Amino acid sequence: MPQHELILLKSMMQPGYTGSLSDYEKTGGYHALRNALGKIAPADVTATVRKSGLRGRGGAGFPTGVKWGFLPKDYHGPRYLCCNADESEPGTFKDRQLMERDPHQVLEGIVLACYAIGAETAYIYIRGEMVLGSKILEHAIGEARAAGYIGKNILGTGINVDVWVHRGAGAYICGEETALLESLEGKRGLPRIKPPFPATHGLYNKPTVVNNVETLANLPHIMNRGAEWFAAIGSPPKSTGTRVFCVSGHVKRPGNYEVPMGITVRELVYEHAGGMRSDKPIKAFIPGGASAPFLTPAHLDVKLDFEHVAAAGSMLGSGGVTVMEEGTSMVWAALRLMEFFYHESCGKCSPCREGSSWLVQTLRRIMAKRGRMQDLETLLDLCKNIAGRTVCAFGDAEVAPIQSTLKHWRQEYVDLINEAETANLIRPEPVGATRERLS
Amino acid sequence: MTFLNKYKDEIDEILSRYPVRRSALIPLLYVAQRDQGYVDESAMQEIAQLLKLTPPQVYETVTFYTMFNLKPVGKFHLQVCKSLMCALVGSDTVVEWIRAKLGIGPGETTADGLFTLSVVECLAACGTGPMMQANEDYYEQLTEDKLDRILADLRSAGTSPLKSGPFMWPEPVNSQGVNSEE
Repeated sequence: MPQHELILLKSMMQPGYTGSLSDYEKTGGYHALRNALGKIAPADVTATVRKSGLRGRGGAGFPTGVKWGFLPKDYHGPRYLCCNADESEPGTFKDRQLMERDPHQVLEGIVLACYAIGAETAYIYIRGEMVLGSKILEHAIGEARAAGYIGKNILGTGINVDVWVHRGAGAYICGEETALLESLEGKRGLPRIKPPFPATHGLYNKPTVVNNVETLANLPHIMNRGAEWFAAIGSPPKSTGTRVFCVSGHVKRPGNYEVPMGITVRELVYEHAGGMRSDKPIKAFIPGGASAPFLTPAHLDVKLDFEHVAAAGSMLGSGGVTVMEEGTSMVWAALRLMEFFYHESCGKCSPCREGSSWLVQTLRRIMAKRGRMQDLETLLDLCKNIAGRTVCAFGDAEVAPIQSTLKHWRQEYVDLINEAETANLIRPEPVGATRERLS
Repeated sequence: MTFLNKYKDEIDEILSRYPVRRSALIPLLYVAQRDQGYVDESAMQEIAQLLKLTPPQVYETVTFYTMFNLKPVGKFHLQVCKSLMCALVGSDTVVEWIRAKLGIGPGETTADGLFTLSVVECLAACGTGPMMQANEDYYEQLTEDKLDRILADLRSAGTSPLKSGPFMWPEPVNSQGVNSEE
């Protein structure tokens, strides 16, 4: 395995490291906070983060320092930071590890971000199912509060930052930042129409920043070691730093691997994740969570950074890399993901709400060998009428599995439909909008 | 006002975290669900009054989120992930094992009221599938043998030592126990 320096997972990989406050302090924890609060101007913290090139690790990849810079300079009321810990993108399980194994790394990042943007309250919106993670975070917040790193008058600087854990309740859409804010306000998690953006009208209509767990965990290291150090890692100038890639599927050693951005999928799968479990060749992979289009073995040497994955027709997204071996049905795989999106569509926009239902039913019909050749056109037509026509990016995400599998493995669809016709099962099952939940 | 009085201190602490009362809605629903295993109408009414919301505002929120049960579930709520990443490594088989061992399918509860099975979407444990959640705990890298032990532990002790602790996978190379379950 090629050697490179771990940043986020370094401490937790040490034998005996528990993630307690004293363990964290022994590895240099809260050094960045001590150095920054009251000593470096908040605007300079933002400038450092901007210069480091750090981009959001949640999926969209927006430059973090630039996002912070959108907050109004002349507004003196409350501002908020929300830590997006609603890790729900199928294929992604890195934030869970960052929070459960080294919670103070995340908390230090939260306090630094609050200081930079002038927020006195931060909410960690953690997905409801992660009960253990929320307990670990609450315990860590208690430790940090007792040590004076969180709360009123932090380390005597006069700076106040309070941090609260807020559990979600099982809705994927609440990972979308405006849906997260709605949910945090005690409402259904329906994404808001933008503009206005959260930077000016966020939580309780106040200026708000929403940052992912992994994004925030990078901040102490950037402050300690400088923007130039961070900007030299990975695939500069636009994809700097490491990513914690979550490898799942048919590999020998699935799991979280922190590597510099810009390594290839081939390296990730064969050198880190141990290769394929049955030594069958790779048939397909998803490079960035369920919302990212499928890629093929022809893309194994694509560099895993924002630009190269986008150029290959997919997206780096949340860093969830799912690998499928030869023999996996791509129609089945697309259907599984489509069932997820159908289940999780929040129902606000008609194209997504109704379209996801039609897509699932049409795919099920094809899988059941009752499809017709014109179903393929129906699928593509539906996709075209969903993507880009919804309030949030969910619409673009849900068509990705179908469009990409139809592009690369169209023959599999055709074969299933031909089987239907030869089996004389051309009478299609009815497809139509339904309120019934399919799963 | 039984429910609110019973947990008055906890509820006051929850309310103190937010500048706007409505934000406490989901946390309070969790308190209600912990109390009796599901959220009933009287709890929703009480919460609505406390937060100065209309009953429909509470009801629309409860029904939007999948983690709130509107009717009683078994003592142990087994939720097996069926999303693609778990399905690639055998989650459908886990559902069949549970069907064979407990005689229940998705959405059903055993006659003794002990187990309810749900088949759910991604729980963020894709590298350690197949997996399920039983009440608040995760159980990962399930095998048939492991499932047997978990079900026996739940029956006899109400919990199982096989549940996941703070998550890290793969574990560091120099520690013991990598794939110890296999």
